[in-house]
Amino acid sequence: MSMHDLTLAAARDGLRARKFSARELTGHFLAAINALNPRLNAFITVTPELALRHAEAADAALARGEGQALTGIPLAIKDLFCTEGVRTTAASRILEHFVPPYESTVTANLLRDGAVFLGKANLDEFAMGSSNITSAFGPVVNPWTRQGDNAPLVPGGSSGGSAAAVAARLALGATATDTGGSIRQPASFCGIAGIKPTYGRCSRWGVVAFASSLDQAGPVARTVEDCAILLGSMAGFDPKDSTSADRPVPDFVAACKRGVKGLRIGVPREYRSEGMPAEIETLWQQGLGWLREQGAEIVEVSLPHTKYGLATYYIVAPAEASSNLARYDGVRFTSRSDGADLTELYENTRADGFGAEVKRRIMIGTYVLSAGYYDAYYLRAQKVRALILKDFTDVFRKVDALVTPTAPSAAFAQGEKMDDPIKMYLNDVFTVPANMSGIPGLSVPAGLDAQGLPLGLQVLGRPFDEETVFAVGSALEKAAGFAALPALRAGGTP
Amino acid sequence: MSLDPATVRRIAKLARIRVDEAQVGQLQTELSGILSWIEQLNEVDVEGVEPLTGGAQMAMRMRDDVVTDGGIAEKILANAPDRAGEFYAVPKVVE
Repeated sequence: MSMHDLTLAAARDGLRARKFSARELTGHFLAAINALNPRLNAFITVTPELALRHAEAADAALARGEGQALTGIPLAIKDLFCTEGVRTTAASRILEHFVPPYESTVTANLLRDGAVFLGKANLDEFAMGSSNITSAFGPVVNPWTRQGDNAPLVPGGSSGGSAAAVAARLALGATATDTGGSIRQPASFCGIAGIKPTYGRCSRWGVVAFASSLDQAGPVARTVEDCAILLGSMAGFDPKDSTSADRPVPDFVAACKRGVKGLRIGVPREYRSEGMPAEIETLWQQGLGWLREQGAEIVEVSLPHTKYGLATYYIVAPAEASSNLARYDGVRFTSRSDGADLTELYENTRADGFGAEVKRRIMIGTYVLSAGYYDAYYLRAQKVRALILKDFTDVFRKVDALVTPTAPSAAFAQGEKMDDPIKMYLNDVFTVPANMSGIPGLSVPAGLDAQGLPLGLQVLGRPFDEETVFAVGSALEKAAGFAALPALRAGGTP
Repeated sequence: MSLDPATVRRIAKLARIRVDEAQVGQLQTELSGILSWIEQLNEVDVEGVEPLTGGAQMAMRMRDDVVTDGGIAEKILANAPDRAGEFYAVPKVVE
């Protein structure tokens, strides 16, 4: 088997069996990045020397018989995770030269388990976007294209670089974050798997903050099992994050093999949105059929406040972002545009350093939190958020998991949906409710549309029951047998 | 909801983002559009509903009130655009 075709699990087995060294494996991925990143722009920063140093340490550990869960496994790290001594930009001009003096907890956990970091993956600026168009370092290109059409497509966002890198086989897996769908939607657009775990499962310490009550880290990888391996390493209690959950990390890999026999799977009728392409509806029904064949019971359920999820999100997330991004003031984080006085220095630094979408969201957040408007917008949104959570709490008394489409469309072309911010926001209609309620959600590649583009199905579960989510996701993956590959990939025809 | 130009300028001031006069019109349109769209929440009956403030369904933890870090001024100042000794430096704010 060529190294291009390895899953993370297979690469780990190969390393342990000494079929190849970590150095060889890392060299393979660095060469693939070298060849394809100029076209994909999936990485903002590539760290070959550091990766080879990690790989040599991994080979030494393997030689001593001290391999950990990820020893020698090359990964891409979303450029929102602070990495000690390695530039971390959040895809923003305002952090263009920021070199963190510390390591985020999630990346420290991966390093503890032996992972090799290839570099920092591109994203929408401060993770704000659904197309990776807002990056100050240029858009990421989706490795998939429509049949008979070479127009560059977006990889989804905000974790577009992570998803494109994995889909094009430039890494075995990647870290990502999800505030409103930023793991699941790009996973769906790029034909790979990705899970946003329960809020609190992964520490947020050292992850550049966007909306603190919604942000959650998780992995993207080629298979559901690979995601389970990565999440097992990324997750865990961290006293440095006050919202980190103090509970043991279950064996997610074992959960993938549980099967779905006897499970009750809910189908929320409100996710049947108007204007959704018929092929997504068909794929959804097919997915439910697969689960039924494997012994699950399908139950129609209702989540009545679904339609208000996005509007609630676009109050809560900008409000939190306007507070979190106040720290970029031209004093502490490398970028400064001078002014006649301190206020002008702030205003000029932020005008020059932030892109248009980030400015829009900061301004919306500032407005909804401003005196006289707080109750009408922010407080009301928090109440609707409580109703969205109640919808899920009620439904999870009746069913073990929910299955829905991940996104209302396949990947679209660069330039499409760009004229109106709200059109772009509608991408996240099926993913946002999981962030509002804190529940886990996984996207699994399930089929292709008529133009040959991947489509994902989403599995939602009870808080801290990622195990059932992995069980259902694996069952869908097995039945779908998704084997299609993007045209632009390492090992593909150029 | 339609914002007037003065409100757009006031929000920009509060957000400490310089907005040039030429940008006000476009921002007015975009922000008004987003605010009108989120006003659909007015149709939800939230009478008696307690607001949900966070993503974690648990109580905040207390920790011991002790120093756990410090003495790393050089590391922190390494990212400062301007410094004076062990301090961040900014333009003069007091005459």
